[in-house]
Order: sequence, then C-alpha cells, then structure tokens
Amino acid sequence: MIAITSIGQVAEHYDIAVVGAGPAGLAAAARAAELGLSVLLADENPAPGGQIYRAITTTPVTKRAVLGEDYWKGGALVDRLRPTNAAYAPGCTIWSVAPDEAGGFELGLSLGGQARLIAAGQVILATGAQERPFPIPGWTLPGVMTAGAAQIALKASGLVPSGRTVIAGCGPLLYLLAGQLAAAGANIVAVLDTTPRRNWLAAIAAFPDFLRSPYLAKGLKLMAAARGKLPFKTGVTALAAEGSGKLTGVTVTRGGAAETIPCDALLLHQGVIPGINLANAAGCAQHFDAVQHCWTPTVDGWFASSIPGIAIAGDGAGIGGAESAALRGEVAALDAARRLGRLAEAERDAHAAPIRAELARSLRGRRFLDLLYRPAPQFLAPPADETIVCRCEEVTAGQIRDAASRLGVTGPNQMKAFLRCGMGPCQGRLCGPTVVELIAQERGVSAEETGYYRLRPPVKPVTLSELAALPPTDAAIKAVVR
Amino acid sequence: MSEGRRSADVIVIGGGIHGCSTALHCALRGLSVILIEKDHAGRHASGVNAGGVRQLARHVAEIPLSNTSMALWHRIEDLVDDDCGFTSDGQVLVAEDEEDLGNCRARVDDLTLRGFHHEELIDAAELRRLVPAVSDTCPGGVVSRRDGAAIPLRATQAFKRKAQSLGADIREGVRVTRVARDGSDWRVETDHGAFLAPRIVNAAGAWADRIAADLAEPVPLEVIAPMLMITAAMPAFIKPVVILRKRKLSFKQFGNGTVLIGGGYLGRAIRDENRTVLDWGKLATNAKTVWDLFPIMRGAPILRAWAGIEARMPDDLPVFGKSTRHEGVYHQFGFSAHGFQLGPGAGAVMAEIIATGSSNVPIDGLGIARFAAPS
Repeated sequence: MIAITSIGQVAEHYDIAVVGAGPAGLAAAARAAELGLSVLLADENPAPGGQIYRAITTTPVTKRAVLGEDYWKGGALVDRLRPTNAAYAPGCTIWSVAPDEAGGFELGLSLGGQARLIAAGQVILATGAQERPFPIPGWTLPGVMTAGAAQIALKASGLVPSGRTVIAGCGPLLYLLAGQLAAAGANIVAVLDTTPRRNWLAAIAAFPDFLRSPYLAKGLKLMAAARGKLPFKTGVTALAAEGSGKLTGVTVTRGGAAETIPCDALLLHQGVIPGINLANAAGCAQHFDAVQHCWTPTVDGWFASSIPGIAIAGDGAGIGGAESAALRGEVAALDAARRLGRLAEAERDAHAAPIRAELARSLRGRRFLDLLYRPAPQFLAPPADETIVCRCEEVTAGQIRDAASRLGVTGPNQMKAFLRCGMGPCQGRLCGPTVVELIAQERGVSAEETGYYRLRPPVKPVTLSELAALPPTDAAIKAVVR
Repeated sequence: MSEGRRSADVIVIGGGIHGCSTALHCALRGLSVILIEKDHAGRHASGVNAGGVRQLARHVAEIPLSNTSMALWHRIEDLVDDDCGFTSDGQVLVAEDEEDLGNCRARVDDLTLRGFHHEELIDAAELRRLVPAVSDTCPGGVVSRRDGAAIPLRATQAFKRKAQSLGADIREGVRVTRVARDGSDWRVETDHGAFLAPRIVNAAGAWADRIAADLAEPVPLEVIAPMLMITAAMPAFIKPVVILRKRKLSFKQFGNGTVLIGGGYLGRAIRDENRTVLDWGKLATNAKTVWDLFPIMRGAPILRAWAGIEARMPDDLPVFGKSTRHEGVYHQFGFSAHGFQLGPGAGAVMAEIIATGSSNVPIDGLGIARFAAPS
C-alpha cells in the first residue's frame, strides 16, 4: 500500500480508481492490486474503514466489547491491502467522475486544499450508505443529531453524548447503536421504536429465509441485550424535538397519547439508504427500490452501472451490510480487470464463483429486515407543514406541498427552481428522499414516477481558488492547439 | 394520451421560454394553441441558463426584439401572474484595460447613431460605485441600467401556466417524430399520435434543425452545452450582473448570497441522451477569470456546475420569422446561448406575425433564408 499524503503524489492515470475505503472499496482495491492493476483508492476520511469500520486502525476505543466483535473484523480488510501496491489517498475528496473522450474517465479530486484532474480506465464507486433523512419538527435544534453521527464520534474519538440521551427511530442499527452507546457509558433514558406494527404482516413471508441467515443470531443477541437493559418504548407514531435555541426534550406519541421526555441529546435514525450522489452526478441510471424504499443505482450481476466502466460496489448500490459489501467489491474488481483485458471471462467467472456463494449467504434474510424496518409513511414525509425538509435552504414540508399542488411542480428538479430545495452544499443528500415522498404523496403518484434530483458535480464543494489553480491536463494543453 | 384536442389554429413545437411565450401570446390573441414538448417545459436551455435579462452588448440585428422583450420583463407579473424572480439592478460590461474601454466607447457611439440609448459608457469612478468589489485595475465599462436577471425555469413555467390558463393545450412528454403537409394543414406526428394545424411554430431549440430538415429547410445548427457554476452564499458584495468582452465571463450574485459564474465556456452535449459532460479544464479558466477580477471570491466554495443543451447558429444570431418555403411555418430557434431575455418579446412578435402577417418590430437579418443553399 502506497500512502499518498499530497496531491502531487497522485499519478496522472490509474487502471482502476476506487472511491471510498469502506469494506467494498478496501476489498475491491486489494483484489485489483493483487491482479497486478494500478489502483488508486481515494477516501475522504483520515483513516480507512468507511462508516461501519470507521477508524478501525486509529480508534481510541480499546475495550473490544464496546463496539462488538463484528467491528474488529474490519482490521483484516486493511491488513489485506497493506502488502499490495495500491495507492491509498486518505483525506482525498473525489468531486467529479465523468467519461472522457478516450473511453476512460476523468476524475476531479481534492487533497490538502489542492485540486487535480486525473484519468482512470475503470471506476469503482464504493460510496456506501447514508442515513435516511428523518425530518421531524425541531430536528434542526442543537442537541439533535443522527444516530450515525453519534456512532462516528464514538468510533473515531471515543465520545458519547453527554446528559440524558434519547434514541429514536427504526432499524437494526438503532439497537446496535443503543447497545454500543450504553456500553460506552452514555445515559440512555429512552429508546423510542417507530417500527410500524403492521410491518410484521409484510415481513412474515420472508421470515423462513431470515431463520437461516447470519443476521438472526446476531440480531437476537442485539435485541435481547438492548431490550433487557434499556428503557424501550415501541409503537411510536409521532415525534417532535422540543426547545428553543437548544433541545430540552422530545414529545412522543404512542397509542394516541403524547408525553414529553426531557433530554439533552436526541439521536435520530430511520435506517440507511445508498449514498447515490456521485453515481447520480456521473450519470449512472437509477431506479426506485420498492422493498428498501429508496433510490438505487441500477447495476448488473457484476455491479456494473449503466455507464460502461463504472461499477458500484457495496451499500452504494443497495443496502446489504458490511460483509456483503466487501464481497461485492471483489466481484466488481474482477469484472473491472476483465474489462481491462487482464482477466479472461472464464478466469473471472472462476474467481467469482466462491465469492458469489458467500454473497448469497450473507444477503439471506436481508429482505425480512427491509420489510420489517420499512419506515412508517409519516416519518418519510413529515405531516406538519412547518417541519424543515431542506436544511441548507430552510425549505419546509408545507412549502413543498404547496408548490406541488398549487404551482403544479411535478418533480424534484423543478422544485429546485421554485424553492431552491436541494441546491445547498449537501446537494439534496438530506432532503432528496423526503422531497420525493412529499411530491408523490401530494400528487398521488409513485416515487418512481416522481423521479429524483439530477445531481451536478462537484459532488462535494471545491473552492474557487482550488479550481482556478487546477494544473492543466495533457488533454487541455492539446486542446489549445485545436 | 388520447384526451384533449388534436387540432388547433397553431401548433408550437418546443416548450422552452420561446415556445411557451409564443403559445401565451397566441392565446392572448384568441388563437387556439397546442404546444408539444418532448420533456417538460424548460427542461433544457430555458431552465438551466444563467437567467440574464440583458439588453447590454447585443448584436444590432436583435436589439429591437430585445427592447420589446425588456418592456415585457418590467411588467412580467402582470403578464404571467408570477414575478419570475426578476430583479433589475443593471448589467455592467467591465473593460479590463484602456484598449477594451476604447472599444466600449466606439460601441456606445455607434448605438447612439442608430438611435439606441440603453447602453451608457462609464468611467472608473462610476464602475467602482456600481461594482465596488471589482479589481482596481479596471478603467471603466458600459452599463445598461434596466437590465437584470430572473430565475429561468420558474419564468418558463410561469409562461406555460399562464398560456394553459388561457386555454393553450400543453402536451409535455410528447415527442415529435415528423412534420409534413396534410392538405391545407400541417400534420405533426408524435409518439402520441398526430396533431393538425394550419400553422406551426418550430421552437424546438437544440432539436429544431431536425424539424427544419423535415421541412426541406436545412440549417447549420450546432448543439452546444454552455457551462455554469454556482458558489455557496457569500456576503452581499455586488448588485448588477457583470460581463466581460475580452474574456468569457458572466457573473452575478443572487439575493441569497450565492454567486453564479458563467460566460459561455462549452462542455460536451449528448443531445440524444439529454445529457451533458462538463469540461473542468475550461471551468478552471472561468474560475481563474473570477479569481483575477474579484479577489473577494477566492475562497468561495463551488457547490454545483452544470450545462444546458442549446442551439447555436454559425453567426451567433437566432433564426426568427416566417419560413421562406412554406405557408404557415414559422421558425423561432437558434438563440445561441443568449435567448432567455428575448423570450417574452419574441413570443409577442411571433404571435403578431402569425395573427396579422407582420410586425412593426424589425427582425431583419434573423430569417432562415440566410442559410438557404444558393439555387
């Protein structure tokens, strides 16, 4: 592994550029490098691991039980990369991926306040998952954050929220995080579960598969541990963060009755969805996955996107968890090597066969979790008009509903022009899914038909100075003569 | 899509600001209208351009249309029931050196002789008053004080909604496949069946050459993708829109603090896929120009860059007016990356020509005949 510490060390061209050093990216980079390809693994975090194995090589948390045995598996992925020749660039943001005219790709990257354009023959996007946006009244108050953000603070810096802490939402990660925070010493005064009871009806058909899945034992252990020790409240149908200028409590509705629980920190979580911004901005086709209820890049059996040469591995192309992400990264790397002519099709297939078997095993039972933890409609599209949906531009649910009905705005892209939602620095990461739900609901059409934002590079902000100082590429120098 | 009418007095092909404006003005004149748009109104050039509402620095041939349009922009809310985000803080052409300023002086003198007075030469002091943040090496420029900017997609959709409210039948998601004579009518075939009208307007933007070719009036239209960038909100520092003559730049700050940077650097247009690819090398040059001219902008984060799909004619002027080959065919396309401001006025003039046969607003030099092959 060649550590890249300044932008000048990045080469002009790589066979494969892998974006993201979570399980999918680490595995893809390792496999590609083992096959003799030149590889750049770029990641915006200071250390490898992605979200699930965040700070695996640097975490100050030393008691292994706090983060659970699964977390420490991430170390093996980094260890596999170490002996290879893959270039690993931490703190490096990829802000653009676009096809170049030579049949490869041009990548815009930024490292240490300097930008560069480089080329890659193949691209593997391993941009992972993000938490599903979860707008409730008051979610912009200081003291409210996502559960994932709390987990980042715990893994990276060994920090837990201070004071009375409430965790609210739905999904297996909610229980995992509640357990981790409690083990790390947080004062958890309530775990508010919004899982709709009727989800069990939908999920039950998928239960037999779940019984044979690797999730079962793990999940039951998590549930039992969390439920046994923590103050659980199920059947939550509405939530509102209270306070002016600062969080003071959370109002919870259960069985038609509301109560306010005083607290200092409120951690929200409504499951995870693919982080699609880079794939979307690169032009990869996407569709609405009805089971996972989210926009998902469309990929084939080798995780190849609609743009030949761009593969999307890991949770960025549909939520499957850390184990499957690593396996998908390997499969994508094998196909990229085949595209580059380094592996014959038969070799690729032979290498892939055992990985695919593992992958099928690791995904068994996923459908049950997806159906069981599908968020309730009122948490996907906030019913209260004053709830802020687009935090960057402070656009409310009421404004979006009004534009969709009165002004006839039919999709998220038009909503940008009318309300500027999705136009801020996060480029719709935090409002996109909610805007789609609100428009779909208001117009009585499906999310698929409503569509999603067409996102634009730079996918992460780059400064004017960085851009102005962009060194000219060979192609640009030649273009002047033209 | 079988509901709705199949024939009308006028069929407009293309739902950009030009098509929607012509549809609206035809409806205002009592004509029945069907507008056919393959995507949605304002999906391409009209919805994603810089939104400049500019009389400044226009080619003499399009000044009359531009002036007609500007009068409408200043009462846009009366016309379409929406302010379209229009603000009028002027546009300033900054001269970067004395030679540049000399050219500005010659231009303003020429316009004065032709009877146009909207462009005004300014010295360094007035430039600094209007644009305090500009680099102090700039010696002056030209201002057009009634100019400004609007929000492109919002404006286009406002024209669409108003036309619709006056009875125009707007068909979005309908693609024209062929245009042909059918007795005394024109037959517009689409992927949702055929439509008939005695008069058709070709306002199909970057796709208009295909309609023109069907009509045996081929034009050398080039499909281009002008690029734009926008920054995060900056402290308010500039009101007018700034453009340059020597280097490509269009620069403006919105009320919310974000700054739009454009000027016509081209990305790559893939028109059959409704897609564009940016050229970051050229955007870097664009950024460098801003870096030179506005030191305050050097640390600004660029949040988005994009490009629209537009049509450019070889002489950078639009194709506007009657067909030279066919009765009942009108062309309104090829606005060469500066047609947004012209939309309201061009629609009014086109509707006048359709309804009465002619207009008092001169459009000499814009006709399709200039591209006819010599016979």
